[in-house]
Amino acid sequence: MATTALEFLPAPLRSLRLKTKQQELLLRVSTLALIYVLAFIVRLFSVLRYESMIHEFDPYFNYRTTLFLTEHGYSEFWNWFDFESWYPLGRVVGGTLFPGLMVTAAILYRFLRALSFAVHIREVCVLTAPFFAANTTLVAYAFGREIWDSGAGLVAAALIAICPGYISRSVAGSYDNEGVAIFALLLTFYLFVRAVNTGSLAWSLASAFGYFYMVSAWGGYVFIINLVPLYVLVLLVTGRYSQRLYVAYNCMYVLGMLLAMQIRFVGFQHVQSGEHMAAMGVFFLLQACISVSNASPAVCLISAIAASATMKNLTTLIRTKTKSPQAASGKTTGSKAAAKGAVDQSLPFQQNAAIALLLGAFYMLSRYAIHCTWVTSEAYSSPSIVLAARGHNGGRVIFDDYREAYYWLRQNTPPDAKIMSWWDYGYQITAMGNRTVIVDNNTWNNTHIATVGRAMSSYEDEAYEIMQSLDVNYVLVVFGGVTGYSSDDINKFLWMVRIGGGVFPVIKEPDYLVNGEYRVDKGAAPKMLNCLMYKLCYYRFGELTTEYGKPPGYDRVRGVEIGNKDIKLEYLEEAFTTSNWIVRIYKCTLLRLHRLSTLYLVPPARNARLEVAIALG
Amino acid sequence: MPRATSDARLLIQSLSKAYAATPTNLKIIDLYVVFAVATALIQVAYMGLVGTFPFNSFLSGVLSCIGTAVLAVCLRIQVNKDNKEFKDLPPERAFADFVLCNLVLHLVIMNFLG
Repeated sequence: MATTALEFLPAPLRSLRLKTKQQELLLRVSTLALIYVLAFIVRLFSVLRYESMIHEFDPYFNYRTTLFLTEHGYSEFWNWFDFESWYPLGRVVGGTLFPGLMVTAAILYRFLRALSFAVHIREVCVLTAPFFAANTTLVAYAFGREIWDSGAGLVAAALIAICPGYISRSVAGSYDNEGVAIFALLLTFYLFVRAVNTGSLAWSLASAFGYFYMVSAWGGYVFIINLVPLYVLVLLVTGRYSQRLYVAYNCMYVLGMLLAMQIRFVGFQHVQSGEHMAAMGVFFLLQACISVSNASPAVCLISAIAASATMKNLTTLIRTKTKSPQAASGKTTGSKAAAKGAVDQSLPFQQNAAIALLLGAFYMLSRYAIHCTWVTSEAYSSPSIVLAARGHNGGRVIFDDYREAYYWLRQNTPPDAKIMSWWDYGYQITAMGNRTVIVDNNTWNNTHIATVGRAMSSYEDEAYEIMQSLDVNYVLVVFGGVTGYSSDDINKFLWMVRIGGGVFPVIKEPDYLVNGEYRVDKGAAPKMLNCLMYKLCYYRFGELTTEYGKPPGYDRVRGVEIGNKDIKLEYLEEAFTTSNWIVRIYKCTLLRLHRLSTLYLVPPARNARLEVAIALG
Repeated sequence: MPRATSDARLLIQSLSKAYAATPTNLKIIDLYVVFAVATALIQVAYMGLVGTFPFNSFLSGVLSCIGTAVLAVCLRIQVNKDNKEFKDLPPERAFADFVLCNLVLHLVIMNFLG
C-alpha cells in the first residue's frame, strides 16, 4: 500500500521514503501554509492597483488614533481629549472607542521596529487586516479539527480565506475594527469549545482572554456574549449537560465579564444592559442544573464539515472497489463483508458515479474560488478616497481630488483653521488635512450636525452668521457635476435639509421642493437656487462646458443645465478647487459691519474681529 | 405536627451523616465557598445601606467573592474522586489551574477597584 502511494509522488520526494503518516503531515502543513499565503495576497488588489493607503472614512479615524498612540504613548492615548474635532465641543476619544485595533497595530509596529525594520505606521495599519485574516484561517483550521477532523479543518480554512463577506471587511487598507474582531471572534469560540471538551480551567481562562480581546476590538462582541449562552442553553435542552460545561462556562463568564468591564467604552453594561442579560440568565440556570447529568459554527464551518464528509465518503467508495474482490471471495459470514459484496454486485457503476460526483464537486469549488477572487477584485478593493473610471479610449482615469484638497488644506491654511463640511469628510480632514473640523463621522451630537446642515441650507447671510458663531474659517464641499461622481453634496443635500429642519424649524423642506422633488435647473425653488450649498457647488460652473453637445453649466450627475449660472458670493471667496472640480474649498472673509444687526445665535467668540471691522469702517 | 418535626430531624440527620462521609479536602473547599458567598452577601447588605456609589468598587468587591466561589466549586468538581468525567485530570493540575485563574481574577479586581 505504501509503495503504490509513493509512485504518485514526484522523484525528489520519493527519495525521502516518507511513511504514510509523515506524508499526510507534509500535505497538511503545506496546504495550510498555502492557504495562509492565499488569504493574505487575495486582499492586496487595491495596493497593487492604486497604492498603499487607508480606505474610506472610518479607517481614517482609526489611523489617526493609532498615530497618536505611537507618538504619545498608552497613558496619553487612554486619557486623550481631542480638541481638533467637533469644535468647539471636543471629543473624549479615550472613553469612546474600542482600543483593540489601535493597540494591536501599535504593538506590531513596535515589534517590527525592534527588529530594525523601519516601517511607517501607515503601512502597518494598511496590512493589519490581511495579516489577521491569514491568522483567522489558522484558527478556522484548529476549530474544524476540534469539532470534526483535520480534513474539515483544512476545508474550513480554505473557505474562510476566500469568503467574499469576510474579504470585503478586511482588504488591505480597510483599517477597521472588523479586521481584527473577526479573528478574535473565531478564536473565542474555538477556545470555548475546547474548554467545554476538556473541562479545563486553563482553556476557560484562555477563552475569557479571547473574549476580552474581542470586547476591546469591536462593539459586535455582544454577538459572543449572546451566542455562547445560547450554545450552552442548546446543550442543556438536548440533555448534554456535563460538569465540564459547568466549569467552562462559569469560569469564562465571570472572568470574561470582569475583563470586559475594564474597557471604559463598555463600562457597566454587562450588569446593566438588557443585551447582556441572557448570559447572566444562563449563568444562574447552570447553578441550578449542577446536579443534573449529561456546539457556534459559522456557515463556513458547517459547510466545511459537509463538504469534507461528502468527499471522504466518495473517495472511500472509489477505493473499496479495489478491496472488494478479496472480500467477496473470502466467503465470510460477517455482515459487513456480505454487504460490501452485495453493494458491489447491485451497482456496478458506483465507482464511476463517485468519480463523476467528485469531479463535479471539484469543479464547483474551483468556480467558487474564481468567483470569490473576481468579486474581491471588482467590488471590494476600492479605496473610495481615490476614484477610478474608464476614459473613452478604454484607458483608466484616476481621480485623486480628495487627497489633493486635503493636502492643500494642510499646506495653505493656518494651523488653527476650522473647517466646516458635511460630517462624512470629518475623519479624513482631521487625519490628512490635520485641521480642526466642526462635525465628523462619529455623529455623536445631532444638534451640532443640524447646525451645520442649517448653515448649508440657509441663504448666504444667515449661513455666515452661523459660521461666525462657530469660528469657521473655511468651508469644504464635494461636487460631482463635472465628473459625474454621484456621491456628492448636492445629492446629500436633502439630508442636510431634513436634519437641519429636524432641530431648527426655520428650515422647512417644502421650501426646496418643486412638486415634491429636488431640482437644480431653471424650474427649481428659489430658496434652493440661492442657498449656500447650491452657490458653493455651482460657483463659476455656469461658464464650464462639461460635455460635448451640451450647453455650459450642464450637471452630469443630475443630467440638467443648472438654473442659477450667475452666482456671486458676498462673505466667502473661492480658495481652491481641485483639478476635476470634485472638492471645492471656500474661505470666510471679514464680517461686514452693517450685517451685524441680527445675531440670533451665540455671539462670535472673537470680539477682536469686531473691533478690526469697526476700525476698517 | 410532631411527625413533621421528627421527619425533618431524621432528614437533617441523614444528610449530615452522608456529608460527614465526604473526604476532608472537599469539606475544606465547601467551607471556603460558604465563606466567599457569606462575604458577598455582607457586601450586598452594606450596599443596601449606603447606596451603590462608587459602582465599580461595589462590583469588584462582590464579583471577587462570587468569582472565588465559582472557581472553588469548579475545583471541587475536578478534584472529587467520584466524578468520572475528570478521572484523568491529576488534582495537582486542577489546583494549579485554580491558582492561575484566581491570580487573574484578583489582578483584574485590583485594577477595577478604583
